[in-house]
Amino acid sequence: MPADGPLADVAAEVGVAKPDPILVVDGVERRYGGLMAVDVEHLEVPRGVITALIGPNGAGKTTFFNLLCGFDRPDAGRWTFQGQEASGVKPHVLARRGMVRTFQLTKTLGRMTVLDNMLLAGKDQAGEAFWRALVPPTWRDQEAANLERAHDLLGRFKLDHLTDEYAAGLSGGQRKLLEMARALMAEPTLVMLDEPMAGVNPALTQSLLGHVTALRDEGMSVLFVEHDMDVIMTISDWVVCMAEGRVIAEGRPADIAGNDAVIEAYLGIDHGGTVTGEIR
Amino acid sequence: MSWLSIVALAIQTAIGFQGASYALAASGLNLQFGYTGLSNFGHVGFLLVGAYGMGISADRGWSIWAGFALGIGAAIVLGLLLGIPTLRLRGDYLAIVTIAAAEILRLVANARPSEPLTGGSRGIGGLSGRLGFFEPNFIPEGRYGLGDSLVFNSRQLWSMLWTWGLVLLVTLLIRALVRSPFGRVLRSIREDEDAAKALGKNVVVFKLQSFVLGGTIGALAGAFIALDSGAVTPSRWIAPLTFALYTVVILGGAGTVWGPVAGAVVYWFVLDAVDGVLNNLWFDVSDTTSGAVRLALMGIGLMALMVFRPQGILGNKKEMLAGAR
Ligand SMILES: Nc1ncnc2c1ncn2[C@@H]1O[C@H](COP(=O)(O)OP(=O)(O)O)[C@@H](O)[C@H]1O
Ligand SMILES: [Mg+2]
Repeated sequence: MPADGPLADVAAEVGVAKPDPILVVDGVERRYGGLMAVDVEHLEVPRGVITALIGPNGAGKTTFFNLLCGFDRPDAGRWTFQGQEASGVKPHVLARRGMVRTFQLTKTLGRMTVLDNMLLAGKDQAGEAFWRALVPPTWRDQEAANLERAHDLLGRFKLDHLTDEYAAGLSGGQRKLLEMARALMAEPTLVMLDEPMAGVNPALTQSLLGHVTALRDEGMSVLFVEHDMDVIMTISDWVVCMAEGRVIAEGRPADIAGNDAVIEAYLGIDHGGTVTGEIR
Repeated sequence: MSWLSIVALAIQTAIGFQGASYALAASGLNLQFGYTGLSNFGHVGFLLVGAYGMGISADRGWSIWAGFALGIGAAIVLGLLLGIPTLRLRGDYLAIVTIAAAEILRLVANARPSEPLTGGSRGIGGLSGRLGFFEPNFIPEGRYGLGDSLVFNSRQLWSMLWTWGLVLLVTLLIRALVRSPFGRVLRSIREDEDAAKALGKNVVVFKLQSFVLGGTIGALAGAFIALDSGAVTPSRWIAPLTFALYTVVILGGAGTVWGPVAGAVVYWFVLDAVDGVLNNLWFDVSDTTSGAVRLALMGIGLMALMVFRPQGILGNKKEMLAGAR
């Protein structure tokens, strides 16, 4: 079980301040026609721990992710990442600053090999500049270092036997693993995972969970969307619950488990059905 | 005419200037479409500005180098003009804008008010003489080749030397690019732009570089077509030429280094062989009738290729199937 460490004294209240947050969100709104998909007044994502973002289907979690990463534009609001303004910043710039995401529907690069998927993610590559690309000696050493890192990560994620396969040939679970490994290759400080466990068989779920906790143990911050309450209770240090675009509860897993608003949001909207493994 | 001479004539077209100029033009398209996934449906517009660069330079009494500079400069401007507003949008916008732009360019070149610059519908003639394209030709007069049909004269060889030389240079350039981290980013954009963005790549800049370079290569092909034929007329730069170049790219294998070369050679060989058979063995009719039949046969041939070898001549079947999943 994760230590309660830095969050031990933080009250389980919506919008509560945390020591040294990595991401601070203020008044972010996103409407689709008449529908308020996201309406977050104030949220601080703690640094160096695993934060779970939960909520019923259609709560606005993916939309919120897209906004934070610069993939979508809000109608109002601003947010900072590591103390720097992040609203209105292009997604590739945020990625370079260390905010690296994965997608709910995996985006592996099908007609590229697993290894090329990994190498692509390498940070600040000299050989990506047009003119230097034509002069291999200017990027060969960096490429060799990236290659070594890629092989290490692939080994860690047990994908090393698939190195030269096209990514399109991987199973759904392997793609989730590849996407996470690729995100790590980009040297993130905040890893944002949108439903990393969805559609993955139980055996692989366990190994994915192990990888997520390993990220935290290596000093990264993790924000991940998940439905499965067991998973959330096991690995997260902090839980944020959204419903109908708003944050309705925040707290340690134990606080959330008994929270009436959370239970109502899940049971009320999903009519008591299971809330795992939905795909949209 | 014998079967042998039909084959010989088809080979002559395929390895001659026709094949070379299509290989060059298709190389630019292959960079854009095959490697980066950009749907440039107005590639012929880039060929047009390259050709008119030569024509206008000849008319002004400038040199052949000014002609290249003008064509390349215009292609870069055109690429930026079309690319900057559309490459940040969805792919369909680029397709619409490029096909329209190429058509507009042709209509403008053809229009009466443009006559002082482009020669209007008559175009610009006698330009290779004025630009001295054949002057440095050191190949002695004569007939070179095999038998009666597979022969080139010294002027044809001169055109081929330059154009195939340029094809080689451009192919090696593209090979170096696509094997570098730069090329890896281009391929990732073809596969999924959002994934590339999420990994910190400024995709708009990469797309723009690929689009402008590909267009510039197209302009070079246009310039050589003008030099070889000695004339530029607007009616030549029509959309079917763009589609023929797509055929070449797909035939050879989109996203392969030597695909455009293989595609161009095979394209012209098949087209010319079919032509020869139709014209001289069975039909012996005017070019226009057999022209339609030859395109129909070409279409059937392409369909057969797509069924039996969907990845193109040089493509990798495994990679192709990976994309279909
Ligand atoms: N592109 C869109 N256009 C219109 N409505 C959308 C769009 N994307 C999401 N929505 C709506 O916004 C709400 C939040 O969706 P989403 O963020 O995907 O929820 P979650 O990820 O929590 O399941 C849903 O009601 C959804 O129908
Ligand atoms: Mg979602």
